[in-house]
Amino acid sequence: MADPQDGEMVKAADLHAHYGESHILHGVSLSVSRGELITLIGRNGSGRTTILRSLLGLVGRRTGSVRIRGVETIDLPPHRIARLGVGYCPEERGIFSRLSVEENLMLPPVVREGGMSVERLYEIFPNLFEHRKAMGTRLSGGEQQMLAMARILRTGAQLLLLDELTEGLAPVIVQALKRLIRQLKQLGFTVILVEQNFHFAAELADRHYVVDRGRIAEMIPKEALAESKDKIDAYLGV
Amino acid sequence: MNFFTRMVLAQMMLGLNNGAFYAILSLGLAVIFGQLNIINFAHGAFYMLGAFVALLGYTSLSVLPGLAGFHMNYWEALLIAPLVVGLLGMLIERTMIRHLYKLGNLYGLLLTFGIALIIQGLFTNYFNVSGTSYNAMPDILRGTVNLGFMRFPTYRLWSIIISLGVCLGTWLIVERTKLGSYLRAGTENADLVQAFGVNVPLMISLTYGFGVGLAAFAGVVAAPIYSVSPIMGEEMIITVFAVVVIGGMGSIMGAIITGLCLGMLEGLTKVIYPPAANTVIFFMMIVVLLVKPTGLFGKDQYGE
Ligand SMILES: Nc1ncnc2c1ncn2[C@@H]1O[C@H](COP(=O)(O)OP(=O)(O)O)[C@@H](O)[C@H]1O
Ligand SMILES: [Mg+2]
Repeated sequence: MADPQDGEMVKAADLHAHYGESHILHGVSLSVSRGELITLIGRNGSGRTTILRSLLGLVGRRTGSVRIRGVETIDLPPHRIARLGVGYCPEERGIFSRLSVEENLMLPPVVREGGMSVERLYEIFPNLFEHRKAMGTRLSGGEQQMLAMARILRTGAQLLLLDELTEGLAPVIVQALKRLIRQLKQLGFTVILVEQNFHFAAELADRHYVVDRGRIAEMIPKEALAESKDKIDAYLGV
Repeated sequence: MNFFTRMVLAQMMLGLNNGAFYAILSLGLAVIFGQLNIINFAHGAFYMLGAFVALLGYTSLSVLPGLAGFHMNYWEALLIAPLVVGLLGMLIERTMIRHLYKLGNLYGLLLTFGIALIIQGLFTNYFNVSGTSYNAMPDILRGTVNLGFMRFPTYRLWSIIISLGVCLGTWLIVERTKLGSYLRAGTENADLVQAFGVNVPLMISLTYGFGVGLAAFAGVVAAPIYSVSPIMGEEMIITVFAVVVIGGMGSIMGAIITGLCLGMLEGLTKVIYPPAANTVIFFMMIVVLLVKPTGLFGKDQYGE
């Protein structure tokens, strides 16, 4: 097999994923370069969350190939994949109710050098500092989302898988998240973003993968976004 | 102090002693349930194994070549029995229980029940069901101490203190340490913890080993009090399951408090109405199931 191209962070090829008896992904292929921000867009149930979860090995069974930093991960368990420098912010946010805010923040082990310090994170997210002793799920939805982001920024992960960050959040918080993502991009993070809020996605992303019924239907670079508007609307069913 | 009060206090102390065993065993069940999501029916068998490791280590190791004249003393047994049994538990988890996680918790329950029957059956074959006494109690723990209201066997007082110490230590580890935060998080969402890079399969093995190690520890502590017999675990575990149902699965402090309180309730019943002493816990179980099916400390998320 050829060496990974320089600067390639993720390369999935012919990825199939199953939950029990249901076959959810049917041969997904995508690649993301270092420092790139891409989105997965598609209807509810099209398989975007499943793509993120299969990149991490969090599905019942997966076949095909997923290379992260050039390392083939298809047979690795999730904790080994995470240690390649992957941070995951799940759709349901995954804040632990039996852990304090600070424990939630400190939970993910450091996977690589160069993560943000706790002091820095408390500076960026002063609300978390203020409520650090409270139990995680006592936070508001927006604060929980900030916590879910903060805890993966501590670990030194350079590849971030972010699922529906803005779902159900107030516009001010969506704005704050947008600024945060933009900063992260400037800092060189590689991001795969699943996003309902198309405006949010459109302003940030370099490229868009349209997901439809467990397949990648289109890849649209940001330059082609305007001309592809109708096509996208059709896929999203709006 | 009148006679009745003395009687009550004496029975409460003995009840507290039993309660300490209930606490340490139901605590182990709760810790295991939290990570593996199975009810460990083999818990009584591991408790019995702990007592047997202590007994055989004392009486029978010296027949082995190279160990002539060796008798594992009580203090050594307190350390070695949980280790040996814990390792055996990890082996069983890795080779058998692990394959059932995807199938739902009924299968784990059946498997561990089968393991319990096998272990118990083996021991029944080779050892006297009516029990063998364990004679390695250290001198320092013999005799009685004056508690003011009664003279209480020193060993029983020690067994209460050490069991409560272990329970409290476990609680501290789970609720107050970094390792404990992995365990608590794993109870809620093991997949996500693993996705953060924690070796969850290893954590699960260690948890099972630790939980059954606790049972073995209780077995060693119990050995000088009750006689060591192949069915000691079975007798104990029936009551402990009732304790767990009453307390509710999943809460560690709940397991400890429920264990202690029910032990004392049993003691109290012995004074007030002796014939009911053996059934009062099961009566409580029925009442709790009717009023709060998830148990006194149970959370809905653990209910099926
Ligand atoms: N744990 C699961 N078990 C079985 N089917 C699932 C599971 N999770 C998702 N699915 C199915 O997979 C499909 C894709 O779901 P998902 O990836 O969550 O879509 P999206 O994130 O795009 O809304 C849906 O049809 C959904 O019902
Ligand atoms: Mg989704």
